[in-house]
Amino acid sequence: MIRALLTRELKLAARIGGGAELGLMFFLILVAVIPFAIGPESRILAKLAPAILWIAALLATLLGLDRFFQADEDDGILDLFLMSNTPLELLILVKAFAHWLVTGLPLALAAPLFGLMLSLEPALMPSLVLTLLIGTPTLTLIGMIGAALTVTLRKGGMLLSVLILPFTIPALIFGVAAVNSDAVFNVPLLFLAAIALTMLVIAPVASAAALRLGRE
Amino acid sequence: MPLEPFHPILTLSGVGISCTRGERRLFKDINFQICSGESLIVSGANGVGKSSLLRIMTGLLRPTSGQIKIDTLAEGEPVFSIMHYLGHQNSLRDPLTPVENLVFLRSLLDVGNPAGNIEDALETVGAVKFSNLPTGVLSAGQKRRVSLASLLICNRPVWILDEPTSALDASAQIMFADVMASHCARGGIIIAATHLPLGIKAQELRLQL
Repeated sequence: MIRALLTRELKLAARIGGGAELGLMFFLILVAVIPFAIGPESRILAKLAPAILWIAALLATLLGLDRFFQADEDDGILDLFLMSNTPLELLILVKAFAHWLVTGLPLALAAPLFGLMLSLEPALMPSLVLTLLIGTPTLTLIGMIGAALTVTLRKGGMLLSVLILPFTIPALIFGVAAVNSDAVFNVPLLFLAAIALTMLVIAPVASAAALRLGRE
Repeated sequence: MPLEPFHPILTLSGVGISCTRGERRLFKDINFQICSGESLIVSGANGVGKSSLLRIMTGLLRPTSGQIKIDTLAEGEPVFSIMHYLGHQNSLRDPLTPVENLVFLRSLLDVGNPAGNIEDALETVGAVKFSNLPTGVLSAGQKRRVSLASLLICNRPVWILDEPTSALDASAQIMFADVMASHCARGGIIIAATHLPLGIKAQELRLQL
């Protein structure tokens, strides 16, 4: 069942488009626009680069999240998810993994390239990739709870962002702090990892509960 | 179709079911009982609560009062595990082909019954010709045919159908009447909300405002 769902999600992402490519384009445009606002001085850009890249990753992750459950809801498949013998929690965890594969993972891997555009110090690149590899699944998982809560609303996109963004602050704080630390493995990184693991446990249960309540 | 009969014999009953959505009372004190091999047609005017009653039967919606009982299920076993629910939508995703959709639905709704063969199911509903096109390009009736094929491959004994024959042409309606008759003949249960005659022998449950 897990394999069938994963194949389906990846096929859907590939055919609908707007997954990996659009997320990366969005990331690129954000990163390209910011120097126009801040000014071209590379010292300032380099100092702000980790924060900019993290915020860009956060927004790029939020981009497609309002369709996370919505498409299945519109086609009546969400009802069948609830009627499956496979636990709903597991099904949506697989969905989250597929979502991360097509949005978060490409972002994390492409981040050094965008870092160059902001004259990020080369020494910080490994920890940038590492924090984004841990951070993007966390953002997807937090976002999934919001997507589950707003699935019954027709235009839940904006509400979703309003609901979700406050809860991403801890991940943002520790993520940026971890990139700015001297060592690759540092205390903020451990905190970020702790948040990621906590969300891994909480998010599927919370989203499943929200979806079940939403049926009423 | 050489399918084995369902066992054990099921009795599905609803006792004193009422439903209130928001401020609006839809229906109250609905009672029904239906055994393996029988079918039940839920009829009534638009907005009377047919779809809500079907969703209550599947367990997706909790009734305001009353309960659904299924005699053979053990305590705590979920009601939905023997049911297949086909709502207004077709449960198909547009970018996938009918075959891909059915492969996914089969594993999603797998309950350990030997699942039906997808080619056979598509053949039965007359959907072979377009089985490898993206579902999005199909007509409403063609999508409905594919969605009916999911009933055959998932192989759950109780079918809960909301307007199953909407958008179907005359020949597909006859085909589906045969499919339903053979489902009942092997001990399945069909509960359908519909305005049109389905062409099968059934009890009727008429909802009134």
